[in-house]
Amino acid sequence: MTYITAKKSCARALFLIELISRNAAFLPQMIGVSPPGGVYTHIVGTDIVRTGEDDFFVLEDNARTPSGVSYMLENRETMLQMFPELFSQIKVQPVSDYPKNLRRSLAACAPAHCEGKPTVAVLTPGIHNSAYFEHSFLANQMGVELVEGHDLRVVDGHIAMRTTEGYKVIDVLYRRVDDEYLDPLNFKPESMLGVPGIMHVYRAGNITIANAPGTGIADDKAIYSYMPEIIEFYTGEKAILKNVQTFRCSEADSLKYVLDYLADLVVKEVHGSGGYGMLVGPAANKNELKNFAAKLRKNPSNYMAQPTLSLSTVPIFAKKGLAPRHVDLRPFVLVAPDGMNITPGGLTRVALKDGSLVVNSSQGGGTKDTWVLED
Amino acid sequence: MLGKTAGGLYWMFRFLERSENTARLLEAGFRIALTRSQDAASEWKSVLTTAGVRGGFDTKYDSYTASNTVDYLLRDTDNPSSVMSSIENARTNARMVRPVLTTEVWEAVNESWMALSKTLKKQVKETKLPAVLGEIRRHSALVRGAVHGTMMRNDIYDFTQIGTALKRADNTARIIDVKYYTLLPSASSVGSTLDNVQWETILRSVSAHRSFRWLNNHQMSASSIADFLILDSRFPRSLSFCSRVLEENLGYLAKDYGTRMPSHDLIDAHRNKLQGHTIASVFDEGLHHFITAFIRDNNAIGRQIELDYRFVR
Repeated sequence: MTYITAKKSCARALFLIELISRNAAFLPQMIGVSPPGGVYTHIVGTDIVRTGEDDFFVLEDNARTPSGVSYMLENRETMLQMFPELFSQIKVQPVSDYPKNLRRSLAACAPAHCEGKPTVAVLTPGIHNSAYFEHSFLANQMGVELVEGHDLRVVDGHIAMRTTEGYKVIDVLYRRVDDEYLDPLNFKPESMLGVPGIMHVYRAGNITIANAPGTGIADDKAIYSYMPEIIEFYTGEKAILKNVQTFRCSEADSLKYVLDYLADLVVKEVHGSGGYGMLVGPAANKNELKNFAAKLRKNPSNYMAQPTLSLSTVPIFAKKGLAPRHVDLRPFVLVAPDGMNITPGGLTRVALKDGSLVVNSSQGGGTKDTWVLED
Repeated sequence: MLGKTAGGLYWMFRFLERSENTARLLEAGFRIALTRSQDAASEWKSVLTTAGVRGGFDTKYDSYTASNTVDYLLRDTDNPSSVMSSIENARTNARMVRPVLTTEVWEAVNESWMALSKTLKKQVKETKLPAVLGEIRRHSALVRGAVHGTMMRNDIYDFTQIGTALKRADNTARIIDVKYYTLLPSASSVGSTLDNVQWETILRSVSAHRSFRWLNNHQMSASSIADFLILDSRFPRSLSFCSRVLEENLGYLAKDYGTRMPSHDLIDAHRNKLQGHTIASVFDEGLHHFITAFIRDNNAIGRQIELDYRFVR
């Protein structure tokens, strides 16, 4: 997965270059760039669902900027305060090391020529961003600066931040600003959130950007359908976690199947995220199905479909007492040149509406503390 | 620390100080209006002048009534100095610098914003005013307490103190400036009833009436009040006290960073000037002239700090 952003490697891969180059997240500016330490996806949050006792599936990849880790940490804090007796009886692995591990992992990805302890900073679009809390929380917990574009500039070929004592070089930038706003000289020229010239500094190998620009192509649902093949191609082994069966509507046979069984399927936009623009067949009425079928016929390559999974449930405390609700799980994985670190916990997202399969917080979903027990 | 963060801390505490000062001014004005109704209008007018918002008020209202003034100073978000605007701005700055605040400080600021947004949503009735002003002061005390009890004494803390001291000095100086004529020795040979009321207002608007009485055995005179507000080294809102806090905290920064900046020269000169004065020499120089110069120097130091520590560029 790591190398698919580099175009030359794509050519060796099994799928079409066209699929990548047509992807909105593909950045030609990244062609020929090798990021410090060879790491593209410093933080990965893969969404996983469970459909039976030992049946786990990857639902979606999040290699762009997986969010929600602050919920994981705050949920645990809340649980510790509300149910201290549970934690004294049951040995639950702590998640509180995450910020420390994140900082260590990011620092380990610093440019090779960086001397001494690397300076890490979190780049936020600012206080009006809906995830600002998470940005400031992580900066605080890691003990690093929370910067905005206007705090930064290029100084002697490096990115530096304006401090009370002058400009100080940043080695690793954990950015929570989207690719297209990162550098007005290379992407959207009107962006005020980025740093003019940062891509130049990046290409010269003088700063680490986490995650690397362009990694969003891996989140694409069309790419997702090729993931088992990609994994096998690069590792020589079969993927351990299964993919959900996926129908690419761009293919005529698949499209026919999807249209025939629309009422049983979940259909998503290929480039969509956040649970927007999707159809949950079994929950839709006749009219909705008819309208969606029309959209599908009009632009089939914009969609992919999957069977409706019977997602596992957890109890929640509803108005009428305990009730089951569907969940998915996002574990957080930190990637550094010297290895990976899987956080013993994660973000469990809950669909709060009875029967709903849509867990996204932007669609009214909730979250739960997630335990990994000590052996 | 980021220059932006230093600036955010500085402004956050200036705004917090401003909201408290505005509440105190209103409290003093309200008291006068209750006891001497025929002078109420001129009293409200001078409250607005002290708050530095006469211009804005005049474009909106025709008369200096209690309800107009109270509303403009408490709730009006068109007024950048109103309590609501100040709390709003303080919280916005607090959000910006949140990574360097302790949870306690952030929660105190956020809670004061939530509580006051609710309280100040509707027009405040005269009967409710004392309770509302009390609430504002209480919230301000909670933030200060959280800062005092939980923040490390490092550059982060220094910038909170610098913002507070500059704004507080500015506030006390403005109060003296607007009422300087009532503090001139010639205008107060014995201390007429009118003077007494005016003096009482001045002292109340900086919460000094009790400490002053305690120190002076209820003997009020124009020069003793001016002396207290300008030169007393124990009263936390006197010009001398505030400038000392400023000097100390700028000193910590110089030590911490190992560099003296132009603002250090300015504060040294400012302090020397102040320490060379007795209240008699202040009157010799001319009270009005002295205060005007003080406000100008105080502002200049603020602007130099912004440059020295790269708040914006």
